[in-house]
Amino acid sequence: MLEVADLTVRFGGITALDGVGFSVARGEMVGLIGPNGAGKTTLFNCLTRRYDADEGTAGYEDIDLLRAAPHAIAALGIARTFQNLGLFPALSVRDNVLVGAHHQGRAGFLGAGLWLPNVRREEARLRAAADAVLDRLELTKVADHPAAGLPFGTLKRVELARALAVEPRLLLLDEPVNGLSSGEVEEFAALVREIRQDLDITVVVVEHHMGFVMSICDRVVCLDFGRKIAEGSPDEVQRDPAVIEAYLGTAA
Amino acid sequence: MTESTKQAAPVADAAPATGRRDVRALLQERWQWLAAAALVAAVCFAPFQLVPFRVFQLTMVLVYAVALLGLNLLVGHAGQISLGHGAFFAVGAYTSAILLHDHGLPHLVTLPFAAALAFVLGLGLGVPALRLRGLYLALVTLAIAIFLVPLIKRFESVTGGAMGLTLEKPVPPAWTGLAEDQWLYFLALAVTALAFASVYGLLRSRVGRALHAIRDNEAAAEVMGVKLSFYKTLAFAWSAMLAGVAGCVYTWTIAFVAPDSFTVTLSITLLAGLVVGGLGSMAGPVLGGLFVVYVPSLSQDINKGAPGVVFGLLIIVVMLVAPTGLAGLAGRAARSTRKVLQKERRNA
Repeated sequence: MLEVADLTVRFGGITALDGVGFSVARGEMVGLIGPNGAGKTTLFNCLTRRYDADEGTAGYEDIDLLRAAPHAIAALGIARTFQNLGLFPALSVRDNVLVGAHHQGRAGFLGAGLWLPNVRREEARLRAAADAVLDRLELTKVADHPAAGLPFGTLKRVELARALAVEPRLLLLDEPVNGLSSGEVEEFAALVREIRQDLDITVVVVEHHMGFVMSICDRVVCLDFGRKIAEGSPDEVQRDPAVIEAYLGTAA
Repeated sequence: MTESTKQAAPVADAAPATGRRDVRALLQERWQWLAAAALVAAVCFAPFQLVPFRVFQLTMVLVYAVALLGLNLLVGHAGQISLGHGAFFAVGAYTSAILLHDHGLPHLVTLPFAAALAFVLGLGLGVPALRLRGLYLALVTLAIAIFLVPLIKRFESVTGGAMGLTLEKPVPPAWTGLAEDQWLYFLALAVTALAFASVYGLLRSRVGRALHAIRDNEAAAEVMGVKLSFYKTLAFAWSAMLAGVAGCVYTWTIAFVAPDSFTVTLSITLLAGLVVGGLGSMAGPVLGGLFVVYVPSLSQDINKGAPGVVFGLLIIVVMLVAPTGLAGLAGRAARSTRKVLQKERRNA
């Protein structure tokens, strides 16, 4: 489903990603780990066209992802969440989720300005779909509350809800459980499992919480200083000497 | 609206059904509809009760409300800035004036032309807005406002130069039985109502959400599939179009256009009026329109030099007391009144 090969990104003299390659099969859940600054988020930003890659390719369902326009990513069925929350603070939770469904609508300025019946039908359809997502993530109670001011754990779920509203086939989660309490982490893991089962979504997750990654991922890729240093099942990667070294440093 | 009904409903259910409480429950549940109905009645009734000059003032409030509605779409909703909206206002005003003066078109027919020309120019200004933001965008838009007055004066043969153009006011059709000022007022009211309805429809659709998303977090908006260039340029174009429509109605109302009415001061007054009225709210442009028209005219009674000073001081006061503008202040007042009412009911 996703084939990344030789992906290289440089910022000035720094090579953030250095010839990274891996693939994700349909329906798989892949964990992307590595110390801070390893290039995990840069990779996500490349895939969602926030950054341009200097070299390499990223194929997604036979499409060259690196040639797609940044706003066209959602329509290709790729959704993501952000490391430090990328919500719209002034918008209600429901509207945040509805923005996720943006690419499913057709209404333009004129149609909406004239209150055309098809715009209203479309709006009703999008709202029903958004309410279903809100209901699934138990956000119905806060649906009309502005995103700003809600607890962090709730906001993480709102971001997931917004990503699900995209109706993605590939979901990129950037540190989804960072900052959550251990109870919340377990809840989130259960939620992700349930979503994968019900919606047939392929997931790539960047996360530092090893318990979460190891319990939920089918496969793990480890980056360090922009290079892939290990790839395999959670058990294999956990035992890999290169991974241990990257995280703990070499014994002096 | 759904919010208020949801909040009010449980209270109403719990109340025993005595006559007096029913009225109160009705008031609480439907107060927004009642308020709207009262407002519509007052707005339609006003021109029959007031002297022509007062009706003229109200018409000007409507003109400014439409211009601020456009500016609000851009600044309050899409999070861009324009210090040059006076220019689009002027384009609308002059388009209408020239078509009336040179081509003798009926007043209403000039409206689509004014709207279309302002729309196209707004689309053009939307292009630099794609690359510039904040102060830089403010400066570019300001430059357009500065540029316009000499330009109007230069093309004297069309625009009448510094002397401007004097025009006829729209004549009320005989069947209406209305006086000239009343007819103008209702024309402006119809344009205003249509403009507000259209912007309201726009904002509650995916278009409005896309604009809000751009305002709140551009990167996230783009990841969610919002095409930034499309929404930004069209927000500029629609915003300019509404300013142009306002300018057109201004020409009908004043029946005179001259370049000195459209200096940079107008652009800045518009932006100030919007911020005082309340950015990003539907009531903001109306309150801003009232502010822009009545503050200078009321303070003129104090002293000849007073309007500027009072206007400036009031802006500072409003910003200190109500950073969300008069609309935010009104909203807060309404909420606390409702709370007090609900508390009283519970205690009763």
